Amino acid sequence: MSMSATVQAGAVPGPAKDHRTALRLGRRRHRVNLLVKLLCVLATVIGLLFLASILLTLIWRGIAGLSITVFTTNTLPPGSNGGLLNAIVGTLIQTALGTLIGTPIGLMVGTYLAEYGRHSPMANAVRFVSDVLLSAPSILIGLFIYQLCVEPFGGFSGIAGCLALAVIVIPIVVRTTEDMLQLIPPSLREAAVALGAPKWKMIVLICYRAAKDGIVTGVLLAVARIAGETAPLLFTSLGNLNWSLSLSQPMSSLPVTIYQYAGSAFDDWVQLAWVGALLITVGVLAVNVLARFALRGGR
Amino acid sequence: MIFAAAARFAGAFVLILLGAIIVLLFLGGLGAFSRFGPIFLVSAAWDPVKEVFGAAVPIYGTVVTSILALIMAVPIAFGIAFYLTELAPVWLRRPVGTAVELLAAVPSIIYGMWGFFVIAPVMAEYIQPFFIDSFEGIPILEDLFAGPPFGTGILTASLILAVMVIPFIAATMRDVFETVPPVYKESAYGVGCTTWEVMRSIVIPYTRVSVVGGIMLGLGRALGETMAVTFVIGNTNRITTSLFGPGNTIASIVALEFPESPAGSLKLSSLLALGFILFVISFIVLAISRLLLRPRLKT
Repeated sequence: MSMSATVQAGAVPGPAKDHRTALRLGRRRHRVNLLVKLLCVLATVIGLLFLASILLTLIWRGIAGLSITVFTTNTLPPGSNGGLLNAIVGTLIQTALGTLIGTPIGLMVGTYLAEYGRHSPMANAVRFVSDVLLSAPSILIGLFIYQLCVEPFGGFSGIAGCLALAVIVIPIVVRTTEDMLQLIPPSLREAAVALGAPKWKMIVLICYRAAKDGIVTGVLLAVARIAGETAPLLFTSLGNLNWSLSLSQPMSSLPVTIYQYAGSAFDDWVQLAWVGALLITVGVLAVNVLARFALRGGR
Repeated sequence: MIFAAAARFAGAFVLILLGAIIVLLFLGGLGAFSRFGPIFLVSAAWDPVKEVFGAAVPIYGTVVTSILALIMAVPIAFGIAFYLTELAPVWLRRPVGTAVELLAAVPSIIYGMWGFFVIAPVMAEYIQPFFIDSFEGIPILEDLFAGPPFGTGILTASLILAVMVIPFIAATMRDVFETVPPVYKESAYGVGCTTWEVMRSIVIPYTRVSVVGGIMLGLGRALGETMAVTFVIGNTNRITTSLFGPGNTIASIVALEFPESPAGSLKLSSLLALGFILFVISFIVLAISRLLLRPRLKT
């Protein structure tokens, strides 16, 4: 159906008097083609310019405030030369724990989808829900954990932040795990089964090993995603201007500190927000590139 | 057996998780729903002193910013996807593709800061005065582009959202464009079609459903985006006809008003009710997106 339209526009057979019309039509078609191509190049350039603008702004504003005190001093009141130490440590703890909690669950769900459920109605439902959760607004995950852990237990806490991040990790790991397990050639599984291995041994010893690079990529992408999350932490770990490693207390984090500082009226706080923004972006993008590298190495 | 049971349980856990999110958000919002009834959905009130709350303004802001963002993002994302699949030289595809994907990895709080410190001043200085002056005296456009050029507001928020969803839409479009069997395209080139004609008459008709799915995916992202919007939306609970006017989205009002909402208050309940509404909206959008995308990306 669509082909016929193209053919009509493209081929112009007929007597010589149509020759001029054909030439004109041909020129117009190629002009339109050129115009569209130019617009597409322009769109790509615009997209890349946005990325360049964000990165250059971060580097330009962030480097100006980068110093050793940022890494050695806690957040302090404005005007007292504070740093971001507690925020950095808080982000590392919450990201690590969130990943540690979320990864095994995501791995098992992915295993269920690829090895056990496959295309059963239950598995299709799980796959669907997991994909929806993958793009669900992260602020709602924060509200959910607030309702689940913060309000009943009477206070904001680092562990609540970890749980919120873990909920975000799960669907990311599910997606990559399932995709990677499905790529494993059947002959590998058959070989394992032929040797008399039970199914769980086949999965753990053969499939996980074969899919290792892909699974690692998924975990790294999840780390990169949650390290920069702000919204779910606002209602869970809240942020803490003091040094605290206790998981039952409110815990500081880099994104929440950036949020508080960037919106403040103090120049040194805004400066620190830029430094934090540079650190978190460099960290997130580095993990992202690393994840791609891991996947490419595996293929 | 234990392993299989654990995998099955993990699968069920995802379903339970979704159910728990819905139930807890609904229970949290129950106070507001039962107090105001269905009026809550259409009331534009937001008065913490008199304890009267309504969802109309944030819902309006969420929908308007997301749709404006899509209007700006879709053509650019399409251009990028077209460029990456048909136009770019092969050696350039991977770096440009990676750059676009990195744009998706930048944490949303960074977009917020970038929007507030870089885009908003540009809007206030150049773009908004230009539009206000150009459209002065033209009936409808005059109202649409009215008001003092603060730099922040609905249009700025939409612009930032557009930049954020471009990589998601572009990546999905690129993936679905690549599913078109090469023989279709080669046949079209063979009868003399230009690149744009192949795109318009072969690739787009073949992938139409999935392209809409990709756009819906971007919409789902834009609806729930919090931090980027919070910085530039202006936080005003009023429906303005001007695109330069301040406003609110569900996510931004939850993030901004939450700190002033004590546990158990009607205001907090109203925020949770808003969260529930946002979850329902984005669940529907994301579900449609999945249903449209599945047949093409899952073979």
